[in-house]
Formats: sequence, structure tokens, C-alpha cells
Amino acid sequence: MSATTRYSMAAGWRLPNIWDLVAFVCVIGALVGVGHVAAGTLTRIDAPGATQITLDPLNLPVYAVRTTLRMFAALAASLLFTFTYGTAAAKSRRAALVLVPVLDVLQSVPILGFLTFTVVFFMNLFPGQVLGLELAAIFAIFTSQAWNMAFSMYQSLKTVPADLYEASISFHLTSWQRFWKLEVPFATPGLVWNTMMSMSGGWFFVVASEAVSVGDNTWKLPGIGSYVALALEEKDIVAVGWAILAMLVVILAYDQLLFRPLVAWSAKFRFETTAGATASDPWMLRLMRRTRLLHFIGERVGDMAATIGGMRLSFTGRVRSMASPEPSKAVDAVWIAVLLALVSMATWRVVSFASEAISWADVGEAVGLGLITLLRVVVLMILASVIWVPIGVWLGLRPIWARRAQPIAQFLAAFPANLLFPPFVLFIVYFHLSPDIWLTPLMVLGTQWYILFNVVAGAAAFPGDLKEAAANFRIGGFLWWRKVIIPGIFPYYVTGAITASGGSWNAAIVAEVASWGDTKLQAHGLGAYIADATDKGDMARVVLGVVVMSTFVVLFNRLLWRPMYAYAQRRLTLG
Amino acid sequence: MDTAVTTRPCLINVKGCRQAYHKDANADLVVLDDVNLTLHEGEIVALLGRSGSGKSTLLRIVSGLLKPTAGEVTWRGKPVSGPTDGVAMVFQSFALFPWLTVQENVEIGLEARGVHRSERENRAETAIDMIGLGGFENAYPKELSGGMRQRVGLARALVVHPDLLLMDEPFSALDVLTAETLRTDLIDLWMDGKLPVKSVLMVTHNIEEAVLMCDRILVFSSNPGRVATELKVPFPHPRNRLDPDFRQLVDDIYGIMTRRPPAGPRAATATPISPLAMPLHRVGTNIMSGLMETLAAEPYNGRADLPALANSLQYEVDDLLPLGETLQLFRFAVLEEGDILLTDLGRTYVEGDTDQRKRIFSEALRQHVPLANMIRQVLDERWNHRASAVRFRDELEDHMSPDYAADTLRTLIGWGRYAELFSYDEEAEQFGLEDIE
Repeated sequence: MSATTRYSMAAGWRLPNIWDLVAFVCVIGALVGVGHVAAGTLTRIDAPGATQITLDPLNLPVYAVRTTLRMFAALAASLLFTFTYGTAAAKSRRAALVLVPVLDVLQSVPILGFLTFTVVFFMNLFPGQVLGLELAAIFAIFTSQAWNMAFSMYQSLKTVPADLYEASISFHLTSWQRFWKLEVPFATPGLVWNTMMSMSGGWFFVVASEAVSVGDNTWKLPGIGSYVALALEEKDIVAVGWAILAMLVVILAYDQLLFRPLVAWSAKFRFETTAGATASDPWMLRLMRRTRLLHFIGERVGDMAATIGGMRLSFTGRVRSMASPEPSKAVDAVWIAVLLALVSMATWRVVSFASEAISWADVGEAVGLGLITLLRVVVLMILASVIWVPIGVWLGLRPIWARRAQPIAQFLAAFPANLLFPPFVLFIVYFHLSPDIWLTPLMVLGTQWYILFNVVAGAAAFPGDLKEAAANFRIGGFLWWRKVIIPGIFPYYVTGAITASGGSWNAAIVAEVASWGDTKLQAHGLGAYIADATDKGDMARVVLGVVVMSTFVVLFNRLLWRPMYAYAQRRLTLG
Repeated sequence: MDTAVTTRPCLINVKGCRQAYHKDANADLVVLDDVNLTLHEGEIVALLGRSGSGKSTLLRIVSGLLKPTAGEVTWRGKPVSGPTDGVAMVFQSFALFPWLTVQENVEIGLEARGVHRSERENRAETAIDMIGLGGFENAYPKELSGGMRQRVGLARALVVHPDLLLMDEPFSALDVLTAETLRTDLIDLWMDGKLPVKSVLMVTHNIEEAVLMCDRILVFSSNPGRVATELKVPFPHPRNRLDPDFRQLVDDIYGIMTRRPPAGPRAATATPISPLAMPLHRVGTNIMSGLMETLAAEPYNGRADLPALANSLQYEVDDLLPLGETLQLFRFAVLEEGDILLTDLGRTYVEGDTDQRKRIFSEALRQHVPLANMIRQVLDERWNHRASAVRFRDELEDHMSPDYAADTLRTLIGWGRYAELFSYDEEAEQFGLEDIE
């Protein structure tokens, strides 16, 4: 905190300036927006305008604000979840036994399939109020954001450097202080990055969650998502264009106002002992540092955080010595017995439920459709790799281009691909193409960029001396690709490909079914199966579809990506 | 001075301390065995020993970070049960929080104690100025050089005014010149009575550092860690490294550290020592050849004084002793009272060409490293001439910690490849006989 104080004195901005005015307008604007939305959530569901929307572009700013606030509410919930769940999983050996595998599965379950049921649940919590619908939408977005953030927290907490941990104990930091002074800062860079990814992932769910139908009733919460849904229903391509524009503005705004500054700020927590090349501060961070008002607020917030983090609270009474007593075998046995009991109970419930509603033929059908979707994912991954790896390498080896391409690729990854569906659907309908083939590209529309920007990063980080050695020995053509650059970027490529393939599976639910007015295009696949069952409110088949898809995703990860990743880490990294 | 120190209040007392890690099937892995230590106010004491002798473990026990398996630790007469209050630690890796500035890093111990902000800032300023960091208050650790970082580590420890300052190889991550400056700065502060501490306990593997700084040295032997000898350093500060008495003491300590462990207690242990229970030092074949060539040539002509050799090679005990012991294992050299002597076999090796060297090395390896011989035998017996490395590692782990087992196996793979005794497939983790004639 003292560092920033001194910075401002050095900069010498003593009087309110033009930046203060800008900041002031921003703050007031944000307050008005929040107030407006808060008022909206308390209205009754059948009140005029509460769940009706129009395609007038003038309404879009309001819709955009409401959608954005929904996303940030979900983000706040995700952060809360991350700090509690991730910490519990990392701190307690017994809890980790359950929490880590559960998180792993949750990550691969397409929660989208359960949307209808969560809506009913939340509406019953607040009967007749918009709040129920709002909460359902927020929950849906939450499920797309929380898991990877919690995982990032868990992994960071597990890898806190031992010497810092020892230092914090030997200087008598309580567990509360250690959490805020050591563990949270250490986890911050990873968490910020994952938060950004989660925001992008959330858009996908916004469109699906704002307009929901339960039985015969359809509700549309005011927001960009329902605006798009309505535009698709009414075949209004101009409105779709407006929606895309609004979303562009929103994404640009939170990217520039929030995430760029956050990423730059979080670089200070990166655990490295050498000073690396630092990029220049984004303008918003400069604004924060130079504006007296914002600076003052930021400092107060920082001081408050420091005070809270510095409180000498302890969860375990007196700080214990590191060598905790041998874990009790008896308690372990009891714990495992309890878990076994719970698992067998759950198994029994699932089996009895499934045996009533699902036949073996249903399972066979779902698995068969799963194989079709699997084929799609595999073909798409190959296609995307063939296209983007050479381009990524080309860009990455040219620093100027890499610097220009990186933010664009990240932006494209953040852009919700389902907004680009309408042109595709029009195209397919117009030319009478087969949905089985031509709906497929929609699955990678949003996720292929992960491959691109990871490959660009990998090629940019390719060691200069190896480049020179390759040139010196005149290694060129196919040999260069096979022996030099592909092994060099492989670890990066795998990282990108894992994200891309995971996203594609989830996208299948939305991408295998697309509609334009009355025209409904449906491909054969597990995604369409789940979407169809959701529409019909067929709980049993939704569960079946989701289970089969999760199994596919988990197996795909375990059998293909994990070994590839381990291989890349072991063999293809230097040092 | 001795009597003066022992009549002063006793700070820490360790009695019959033993630290062992439990292994399921087999005997415990003993890191520290029956260690006693008493520390009085007003002295600087060194724990000197090779890596793996348990000296850092003892330091952590003293600090309360680690609870010993057996034995008693008391701080000012009271048993220790958790991080001791009057103790602050300086780490080998500095252990600075990279997201805190110098000032914030220094303040952290005070903050944990709930010291008020203004007082915190004052005390931190004082410590920062004292340790020569003035002007760097707002720098982040990554902006500083290694020497400056360790100064932050020192200031952070001193600011809490500990009775006992613990230092875990504080200068071993620094270059020679920087380390020397820090040592003399610290001793100057100590002699002037400016250090707000009563006593200092430091871990080191640098013999000269211990003789230069400390009043008392506890020399540790390895496997398991025991206090082999306790020495007093009678020289007044400032000490001169070139003083003949100083050199003699350094020589003596080299002699103690290269002394072979007495055969008695080993034979007396209940379980028979397996031929596999032999941890190997991570010493490469190139460096072995290099040392033998150096020894054979002028000015050593086959015999060298270890401290002198260490000086001229810029090696520390931790580099030189494992190397010497490995040569001794192969009967290429002998260690004797702080000297190293090249044997006839070693001389033959030096004079040979690559193929002859490999042959000599291979024979020595099969003869003196039972595990190498065993691997080759297994490979010869198998129809496909392949064997999993995991099996050998598991056997090693019955006798040593997993880290040592992994190191030993890795060393052995290097030696076996050089000797062309066997080949190794890293991907499959298998030994084989491919490309071996």
C-alpha cells in the first residue's frame, strides 16, 4: 500500500483533473445501473414488462447492463465458491478425498442439460417473483464459471513454495494471516486468468439461460440473451446484428476496464525471482493510479483488505508446529465408512431411478449418439489443428505479428460463438445443406481460438538459440516442422487443445440444434439428444445423456489428453 | 571467555534428539540420532556437516517448525511445542514474499504479532537502515540482487528482536564476493553489539565460513546425523583467513570430516546391512576424470591438501567430499587426514585412452557397486535382456529415503551408461542391453 502512496506523490497529481471527471461519470453510471436492476428483480413476474422484451435496439443498453450484472453476480458467487471449496479441498486431506473427484466430474458435466430443472427449483423458492428467474439464470452462469476457478485455487494452494510456508510459520503468522498474505497472493495470477476464461465461458450460458421455457410457459428475462432468442424466433437478422454489436461493446468494456488492469496488477503476484520484461500498464490501471478519487478509493479498499487479512484470527487456535501428529487411522476408517455408505445409497437411488425409466436400448442409443459426437469432436480437433497450428507458428515466430494477433485471438475466444449461429443457420437453410455435417463447425467456432493463441505463445517462446541452430544446419521444410517446431510448441498446443476439446463437447448441446424462426435444424448426436430431452422435460433421458456425455469427456481426457500432456511435460520441455 | 559463556543463561537445550521417518515395512529412516545441543546467550554456533547430515533438520527442530520423533527440546527451560517466540529464521532461499515490497517483507513478523502500524514502520526503518538497505524500501524482491535479497531476509529476522537468530546456510546461494561482504557486515554488527539478538545458530557446509564467524562448531557426521565433534574457535574477531592457526583449524576439520566412520556401531545394528544400502553421490564421470587428471598433474603429483584443492577449484566441502569419496569407492583415490591421494589404479585410468578408461571404470563399477553388478546379472539372465528400473528403486527405498533412492539410481544410470555396462530407456523406465557389445 505504501508503494502506491509514494507512486502518486512522485507523479504529483495533486489537483482533481480530467481523469477525475471521467472516473466520476463511470462510478455514477455504474451505481445507477445497479439500482435500476435491483429494482427490476423485485417486481412480480406477471408485471407488465418484467418478462417481456422488444427488439427495439434502443432497449439494448439496458438489456446489456442487466446481462452484465447477472454475469458479475455469478462471478461473485463463483469466487465465494472458489475460496471455500478450493481451500477446503486443499487444506483437509479427508475432504480432498471427496471434493477433488467431485470437482473433476462437475467440470466435465454439461450442466446446461439441467437448466429446466434448476429453473423450476428457483421459481419455487420465490413463487411469482422475477427474483426466482434471475437466480436460476445466475446459477446457470455460475455453473459455467466456478469449476475451473476452484481448481486453479486448489492447485495453487497445493504448490505454495515450502520455504515461504516455513517462513510464514516461523514468523508466527496465524492461519488466517497466512491465507491472505501467502496463499491468496500466490493463487492470484492463476485465479485472474481463470476468471477471464470463466467470463468468456459464461456468455455461452447467458443466451441459453435468459430465455427459458418450462412446460407451456416461456419467460424472457430482459437481457442480451433473450433479445437474441427473440430475434431468432422472429427471423430478424438486423436485430441479431444489433445484439452482436451490443455484446462486442460489453466485452470490450469489461475487458478494458476490468480484466486488462487486473492481469497487469496480478503480475506482481507472479512467483518469479527474476525481473522479466514488463508490458506497459493498460490505460485503466494508469487511470486508477493517477486519478485522485479512484486512487483514494483503491487505497482505502487496499487498506481495508490489509486490515482484514492482518487480523490475528486463527482457525486452529495456537499456531501448530508443522509436523502434525500422525493422522489417526481410526478416524480415517470411520470417514471412509461414511463415504462408502453415502456412495452405496446414491448408487441405489440412481439404479432404482434408472431401472424404472430407462431401458438398455435407451443406453445403447445414447452411447451410439455419443460416438457420433465423439467423431465430430475428433474431426474438428484435427481440422482446427491443421488450420491453426501453421498460422500460429507463422505468427508466433514474428514478434510484431504475435503481439498484434494475441489480443485478437483472446477476444475471439471470449466472444460467444452462439451469436454467430444465425448466419450459419441461414446459410444451411438457403443451400439445403445437411445439418449433420454443416452444424458441426459451430462446435469449434468459439473454442478453436484456444489452439491458436496457445500455439502463438509457444512459437513466440521458442528459444532463439534453437532457431539459430536450425538455420545454421539448414534444417528446413518438413524436417523443420517434424523435428524442430512441432516438438517445441507441443506442450502449448496440448494445453490449448485440451481446453478446445472440452469446450466443444459442451457446445454440442447448443450447436447440434439450431433454429431460425420455425425452421429447426437438428443433427444426430448426443448434444441434440440432451437438448431434445430438455425441451420435452424428460428428466430420465436428460440424466442419461448427461451421464453418457460426462463419461465420454472424462475418458477422452484420461485416455488421450492427460497422457499427451504428461509426455509433453516430461520430454518436450527444457530443463 | 568459555567460562563466561557457559555461566550465561541457557537459551535452548536439545537432549537426546532423534528424528526418523517412518517406513512401512522396514526399519525407520533415521535422519538425526541422539543429538545434544546447548546454546547460551552471547555465542555464535555453527552446525557444520555435509548435505544429508540432518543439520537443517536440527535447525527446524530448534525453531519449533518440526517436532522431533524423540528427545526433549527446551527454550529457556520450558518445553518447545510450536514455533518458538524468541526465534527468527533466515533462509537459504531467502523465502521473501515476491508480492511484498522490502518494507512490507520486513514488517511481516511484526504484523503477525499485532504491532501497531506506526511502531511497525519505525522499527522496520531502523532494521532496514542497519542492514544497509536504506533507499530500497519500495523495491520488490525481484528487483534486487541476491545479496540485497538476503539482506532483506536478515532485516526481516532482526526486526522482531529475537533472542536467537537461526540461519540456514544463509550465504550458500550467493557468489563468493557478496557472501564475504555479508559475513563481515554481520560480524561487525555483532562485535559492535548492534545486532538486536542474544545468540546466533547457523547451519553451513562451508568450513571456512564456520571458522571465520563462529565461537563454537558442531561437526556432524552423516547417515544417521550425529554430532561427531565439537570444537571451540579461540580466535578473536576480526579473523584472518591466512593466519596459520586459522589454516590449521580448517585443515583439522577437513580431517574430521573425511575420517571414515568407525566400524563398531554399524556392525552392532540388528539388521544386517544389505549391499544395496549404499547411497551414491551424484557425481558425474566427467568430473571424476577431471579431478583425477588434476591430481595426477603438477603441482599435486598425486597428492593434494583438501582445503588447498577446494580453494583452487572454488569448491566447497559439499562439492569436494562426495567427489573424493566416490573416487575412494572405486579405489581410484584415498582420503587421509584432510589429504587426497591418487592410487595406482587412478593413475592408470588417467593415462588410458577413452576405451581403456571405460574398461577400468566398468570393472571398478562391477566390483565395488553391488547394485550395478546386480542389474547387469539380471539383464544377462533375462531372455529379452530388459528389466524395470522401478523394481530396483523400490529395493533402494527400503534402505533410504525416496529422494536418495532416486538420486542413487540416477547416478548409477549415468555410470552404467558411461561404462557401457547397460543401457537405459527413460520413457519405459527399463534397463536393457541394446548397443552393448
